[in-house]
Formats: sequence, structure tokens, C-alpha cells
Amino acid sequence: MRHIRIKRLEERFFKLLMIAATLTIVASLFLIIVAIVRRGLPVMNWDMVSKVPGGGFYIGKEGGLLNAIVGSVYIVIGSIALGLIFSLPIVLYINLYLPEKSKLAQFTRLSFDVLFGIPSIVYGAFGFTLMVYLGLRSSLLAGILTVTLLIIPILIRSIDEVVRRVPNEMKDAALSLGATRSEIIRTILRQVAPGIVTAILLSVGRGIGDAASVLFTAGYTDSIPTSLQQPVATLPLAIFFQLGSPIPEVQDRAYAAALILMLIVLCLSIAARFYSHKFSKNKI
Amino acid sequence: MIQSLLRIEKYIELPLEKLHLHKVTQDEKTDNQETVLGTDVPHISVRNLNVYLLNNHILKNVNLDIPDKAITCIIGPSGCGKTTLLKTFNRLLQNSQDVKIEGAVLVDGENIHGGNVEVENIRKKMGLLSQRPCPLPMSIYDNIAYGPRIHGIRRKKTLNIIVEKYLREAGLWEEVKDRLKSPANSLSIGQQQRLCMARGLAVKPEIILGDEATSALDPISSKKIEELFVRLKDQYSIVLVTHTLRQARRIADYVIFMYLGEVVEAGPASEILSNPKEKLTREYLEGYFS
Repeated sequence: MRHIRIKRLEERFFKLLMIAATLTIVASLFLIIVAIVRRGLPVMNWDMVSKVPGGGFYIGKEGGLLNAIVGSVYIVIGSIALGLIFSLPIVLYINLYLPEKSKLAQFTRLSFDVLFGIPSIVYGAFGFTLMVYLGLRSSLLAGILTVTLLIIPILIRSIDEVVRRVPNEMKDAALSLGATRSEIIRTILRQVAPGIVTAILLSVGRGIGDAASVLFTAGYTDSIPTSLQQPVATLPLAIFFQLGSPIPEVQDRAYAAALILMLIVLCLSIAARFYSHKFSKNKI
Repeated sequence: MIQSLLRIEKYIELPLEKLHLHKVTQDEKTDNQETVLGTDVPHISVRNLNVYLLNNHILKNVNLDIPDKAITCIIGPSGCGKTTLLKTFNRLLQNSQDVKIEGAVLVDGENIHGGNVEVENIRKKMGLLSQRPCPLPMSIYDNIAYGPRIHGIRRKKTLNIIVEKYLREAGLWEEVKDRLKSPANSLSIGQQQRLCMARGLAVKPEIILGDEATSALDPISSKKIEELFVRLKDQYSIVLVTHTLRQARRIADYVIFMYLGEVVEAGPASEILSNPKEKLTREYLEGYFS
């Protein structure tokens, strides 16, 4: 009798512990959101998302954040495209062409795990070195290259996970119909399409929110770039610079920028959920 | 029948080169006597086949002949190398790790483990039906059209005809004709297996390999698959791995009994299943081990 009561108590204790942990984290995340919304929402207006900063923007006058929004979107689109060009072949090669326990594949996976954990400021510094070497100024191109480096490990590791889970029977089925290895790639890509979408959205979330990698490489500007060689503003840097201002109105704008960033990431996450749900039911 | 079996046994004794010579003389003879000979030439011949997987000796000196246009069942306890043997027939084994294959597998007289063979052509000759049906992630229509497409058929009309023909052949047409565009995963598992069958037939194979093709299916679906095999055996050579003896009794024309990587006994189903020569076979059939 007695030890059953102790077991019950134990169970209740751990259950409480779990609830407490969950609540603490959810509450603190919620507090961040509340802080951002409380200070950002009052200064949010249509100008904020539709106009570039005017002359007196940094002392709290007219204009908006369009330069940073467009800049972030440019950088993310560019680096996702570039990242996929590199990561898809890598993943397909280590999964389809290398034998299962190949040393090279293991080494590749390990190195991308390591790269995954490298702080983004290191990528920024590396991008900067590369930029100097190539004779580039801080520009959209340099920003895209650096963010690409940052997100490639994410793309590769998450696409690799789903490609590895493609059942061997499926490959065998396609092969036994007389397909070559390159011909079954299309089938496999189709099978892992939801996984690729999730990987893309994950890396968009990481790439769009990262300040350190674009700090040295993308520069900052009040205008929207018209070529790859021009510097470009980004939302994380807009937050960073405006928070550093002594003027409260400008600080509030940092919160507005954060709010916009948050909304973009939120929309993407919802889209990711929606897509993977839709794909998992296999309604092609 | 017994005569032909004796002849097959004679092949087993013969080394490779002689076999080839023998075949040539046979072809020469065909004009003046015995047209039966043609069908007696085995479709697949295995000669001194040894397979090592991760340094385990999986298949030990296997010599076999798989007759043309008949159902051959490979029976034996699990882990005896049935599936490995089957996989050497369409060279899917090479995809796994650390495989060493010695000996020869002759399909229509050509050694498919030889140096300059087109693996894709070998595989095209054989439809594979795996344990669990594995539809490709696309529509029912595209699943059937997959094979013909990769072999160069692009015309929509031709593909339509092919899809209907093979779905009918697999007995699935009536069930799916209204939803050819819906994903193949939406079919029931038994229907999926028949879809895989139709998909395999659509590349016009000569041989159908089945790796416990009914073990994941419900009784009604497996009955349908079995009936399908029986219906198709006039046109194709069918090789089935099975561990349900009853299935072998129902549909097999020839039976191969394997144990621990070796072929213990092979011959016409009626003989092996009712009157086995080897003690081991008898014990297996009587259920002493499985």
C-alpha cells in the first residue's frame, strides 16, 4: 500500500515539474512578444511598411522601413536559391551515389553538423574576408553569399534527414523498372518535397533573422538596392541600429521592425505547417 | 516431364563453357526433331553462385535452373538466402554494402554478372514484386506510365493504352478507372500490390520475381495476387519466394527448397512437395522447423 502511494507522489511531482518547465518557457516567450507588440504596435502604420526612411527618420520623423523589409527579402530569396543549388546535389550524392556507410558521407555529415553550430558572426567575419579578397564592397551580393553559407548546413542536414528516410524498397521499385540512378532522383525529390519545403522555411527563418552575418557584409542603406553591387538594409540590422539610438521614437521603431520580422517568420511557420500537413496526406 | 527434369539436372553438372556449347548444338538440332526442346531451355540458370554479405557466406555454391513459362517457388526457413538469391537475378544486390558475388547467373544464356551488361536492360526484363507494395509517390496513372516513360514512350495516346491494358491485366482497372489521377497511396494495400504488378508488367518483362509478395496482404487480396500469377504463367516465367508452404502447394509448378544458403532439392512441385528425396526437405514439409 505504502509504496504505491509513494509512486503516486513521485508521478505527481514529475508531472508538476514538466508543467512548470513548459509554463516558464512559454510565459517568457510570451513576454517577449508582449514587449515587442506593446512598443512596436503604436508606431506601426502603413507608412512603416510602404516607405523608405525620410531625411529625419533617425531622429524620429517621417518615413518607414521598406528598405529593410525589401532588403531582407532579397537576401533570403537569393541565398535560398543559391543554397539549394549547392545543397540538393550534395544531399543526393551522399545518399544515392555513396555506399551506405561510406567514410566520405559520414565525414560530410559530421562537418555539416559542425558548421551548423558555428555562430553566425564567424560566418560574417568569413564573408568579410572573402569580400575583401574578391574586391567586393559591402553589398547585396556579399550579403547573399554569407547568408548562403549560414543556411547551407541547415538545408543539408534537414533535407538529408528526409532523403535518408526514403525507404530502400522505393528505390528498388524504381530501379527494378529499369530506371537509372539519375532517373530515380525525380521520384525521390517528389517523395521528399514536403521535407524540402520545411527545410527551406527553417532556413528562411534563420537567414532572415540573423544580424551578425550581414553586419559586415551587406552594409546598410536607406534606399532599396537596384543591383547586386549596392549595399542593402536588413530588418535585424534596422533593429540593431535603431535600438542604439537615444531617441525613444526611434527605439520604438526598432520594436516595429521586430514586430514585422516576427510576423514574417510567423507567416512562414504557418505556411510550413500547412504545406507539410497537405503533403503528408499526399494530395499532390 | 521427368525427362525434362533429368535434362535440367544434366545442365547442373555441366561447367559453364560446355553449357554454352550444348546450347548451340541444341539450336542446330531444332529443325529436324523435338520442338519441345525450346521450352526446356531454362530461362534463368545459376552456376556455382556464391554470395558473401559482410563476410557472411550467404549463398553456398548454388546451381539452379528456372524453367521458362512456369511458376517456380523458392521455399525454405527464414534466413536461408531465398531473398538474396532472388536479388541476384536482377542485380539489386549490388546496391547493398560489402557484397561479393562469385559465379554466374545466366538469363537467356547471358551472364548478367558479367563485365559489360547493361544493368537497366537486365532489370527491364524482370518485374519485381516486393514484400510490401511500394507505390511511387505519384498518381495511379503515373505509376504505371513510369516504366514506359523512362524507356522512351512519350505519346499520351500510347501511354493511355498501356495504362489501361496493364491495369486490366492486373485486374485493377474496374476498381480504379474513375480515379486514375488520384495518388497511388490512397489505394488499399491489396490494390497497391496489384498496382505494383501492373507497373512491373508495363515494362514488358519476361520474368516476374516475387519476394513474399503476398505476406503483407489480407487473405482475399493474396488470393487475387495468386490467381494473377496463375493467369500470367503462360506468358511469363515467374519466380516466387514464399514461406507459406500452402501457397507453394496451390500455385507452384516447380519448387526449390533451400536451407542455410544451399539448395537442398529442386524439381517439379508434385514430386518435391509430396515425395521429397531428402530428409531435410521432408522434415521442413512436415513442420519440424520453419
